[in-house]
Amino acid sequence: MKMAKSALAVFTTAAVLGVSSFAQAGATLDAVQKKGFVQCGISDGLPGFSYADDKGNYMGLDVDVCRAVAAALFGDATKVKYSPLTAKERFTALQSGEVDVLSRNTTWTSSRDAGLGLNFAGVNYYDGQGFLVNKKLGVTTAKDLDGATVCIQAGTTTELNLSDYFRANNLKFTPITYDTSDESAKSLESGRCDVLTSDQSQLYAQRIKLGAPDEYVVLPEVISKEPLGPVVRQGDDEWFNIVRWSLFAMVNAEELGITSSNVEEKSKSTGNPDVARLLGSEGQYGNDLKLPPDWAVQIVKQVGNYGESFDRNVGAGSELKIERGLNALWNNGGLQYAPPVR
Amino acid sequence: MQTHTFKPDMPPPNQSIGAVAWLRGNLFSGWFNSLLTLFALYLVWLIVPPLISWAFINADWVGTTRADCTSEGACWVFIQQRFGQFMYGFYPSELRWRVDLTVILAIVGAVPLFIDAMPRKARYGIGFLVVYPLLAYWLLHGGFLGLETVETSQWGGLTLTLVIAAVGIAGALPLGIMLALGRRSEMPAIRVLCVTFIEFWRGVPLITVLFMSSVMLPLFLPEGMNFDKLVRALIGVILFQSAYVAEVVRGGLQAIPKGQYEAASAMGLGYWRMMGLVILPQALKLVIPGIVNTFIALFKDTSLVIIIGLFDLLNSIKQATTDPAWLGMATEGYVFAALVFWIFCFGMSRYSMHLERKLDTGHKR
Repeated sequence: MKMAKSALAVFTTAAVLGVSSFAQAGATLDAVQKKGFVQCGISDGLPGFSYADDKGNYMGLDVDVCRAVAAALFGDATKVKYSPLTAKERFTALQSGEVDVLSRNTTWTSSRDAGLGLNFAGVNYYDGQGFLVNKKLGVTTAKDLDGATVCIQAGTTTELNLSDYFRANNLKFTPITYDTSDESAKSLESGRCDVLTSDQSQLYAQRIKLGAPDEYVVLPEVISKEPLGPVVRQGDDEWFNIVRWSLFAMVNAEELGITSSNVEEKSKSTGNPDVARLLGSEGQYGNDLKLPPDWAVQIVKQVGNYGESFDRNVGAGSELKIERGLNALWNNGGLQYAPPVR
Repeated sequence: MQTHTFKPDMPPPNQSIGAVAWLRGNLFSGWFNSLLTLFALYLVWLIVPPLISWAFINADWVGTTRADCTSEGACWVFIQQRFGQFMYGFYPSELRWRVDLTVILAIVGAVPLFIDAMPRKARYGIGFLVVYPLLAYWLLHGGFLGLETVETSQWGGLTLTLVIAAVGIAGALPLGIMLALGRRSEMPAIRVLCVTFIEFWRGVPLITVLFMSSVMLPLFLPEGMNFDKLVRALIGVILFQSAYVAEVVRGGLQAIPKGQYEAASAMGLGYWRMMGLVILPQALKLVIPGIVNTFIALFKDTSLVIIIGLFDLLNSIKQATTDPAWLGMATEGYVFAALVFWIFCFGMSRYSMHLERKLDTGHKR
């Protein structure tokens, strides 16, 4: 027993040392620059966020964060190697240094931020639990759902959020739980349940799986907060800043009207000092981040601004057709807001 | 002289020959069996026609996008469009000939082993087993002698399934035999070691082993030391399966009469020659069904690597169904996966039956 204990102690120490030895400022940036690519942890398959096309190229909103970091660092968005990770192994992969940044639809919570030794670099998608219903029901708001049969995908918080919401609004419901999203979609289609609940980003993907997607509608209510964003190891502020500002650059670019098609032109001549500072034609703001002066130009040119990335992957330009909603810019009624470059 | 001529045989009564008799004998021999037969026929009628109409009659076979799937049934366009990815994973398409060549070499190289008249077969076999893995590694992974490196993270699809299964089988069989011999050894140290090893690996689920290798191991390794994920999984699979092979082989060893051991000793054979020339050839022959059973299970278990994010055949298919362009094609994908797995497992089981018949000498009843 004593031996087992001391062995355990050795292992724990090794684990702690192993983790903490990464937490030196600058270590990640140096390592990334030395190897010449960003190792990025992504999902093993989530429609619109990270998936592979038939040529084997990874795409998606989460993948674009990785590409933006690579574009900022190397001026080449293709200098990324992807590690598809399951939900269970994602944090270990980041802690152990297997990946440099984790961009895998990960919800920002206090326990993950503080308890796991991680830092969330921002929010690239404000998600939340929503409802998908058949238009025939004539329901326009979740408040009309009294007495409904609700299909739930087995998940830890989905069911809890649902019962909280219905209790708070004094409504009754009957839950049916399914393991996979395919099963719950089939069940909604066959009419076994009136409404399907899941994170909104998933609901739009679910809708495509139905025989007649146009007959179903996602209700406007969002009953939980699921801010998703890229994650880095705690303690390496230099790297944290790079990831964070790569994301901010995309949001700022959209706000300033810089797109992948006009970025070249605007970087050469612009009357707007905000644009000039972001694109590096005025001041040395890239230097502070230890990035090349044209870092933001490269991001917008190769990946696009936040709006372009959103449209292409999950928005109007994609199959999913998710509305901007919470993810619209702050001056457009949404929550996407980035501090200024100056 | 009168000779007795036999009358020609009477034909059997109508009710004991022909299709009707067979039906009466096998399907309607009593009221209970008749009921069961009718029930089975009802089930077949219930299941088969819709299945055929889904898979063949109402299915869409040609096209390039989801929009080409207009009919009610299966959309095989999805499988056709993603076929390359299901076979090779993310292996760069211009380098896929290397995978093809690896498979062809395996088949061509193994052919002489199946020709009975081939001289020096054992020597060739050993040479093949030594040379081929190096060649396969060079072809698949590359990185030296002029071939571009293809990292294991890009391997996938059926290629990866076969790599895991082949390496698992090739590694687990010799290790399992050694463990089985060790477990029956008269040297206590070796015996205890082997028993501990076997019981440990048999006592944990494969998922746990894979999970540990992927999630826990990296935390214990020093910084900068990152084992390849595939290598970690392969080591896990080999160690796990070798314990099972060891127990199967031990069953064979126990079935060999003591007289065989004594006779071999009396001939003046040492331990290794006794085992190699007398005991193991007989024991292994006895346990072919068991070993093949283990290997079929291993082949199917390879799909568990899904939980550590390796893209084997099943995970490649699962991943392709998350492409927004092909959402909702999960059924077609899984049916395809089942078909591929069935072909390989059925092939293995047929081969083992052939092997049993060929080696079935001296035990015929």
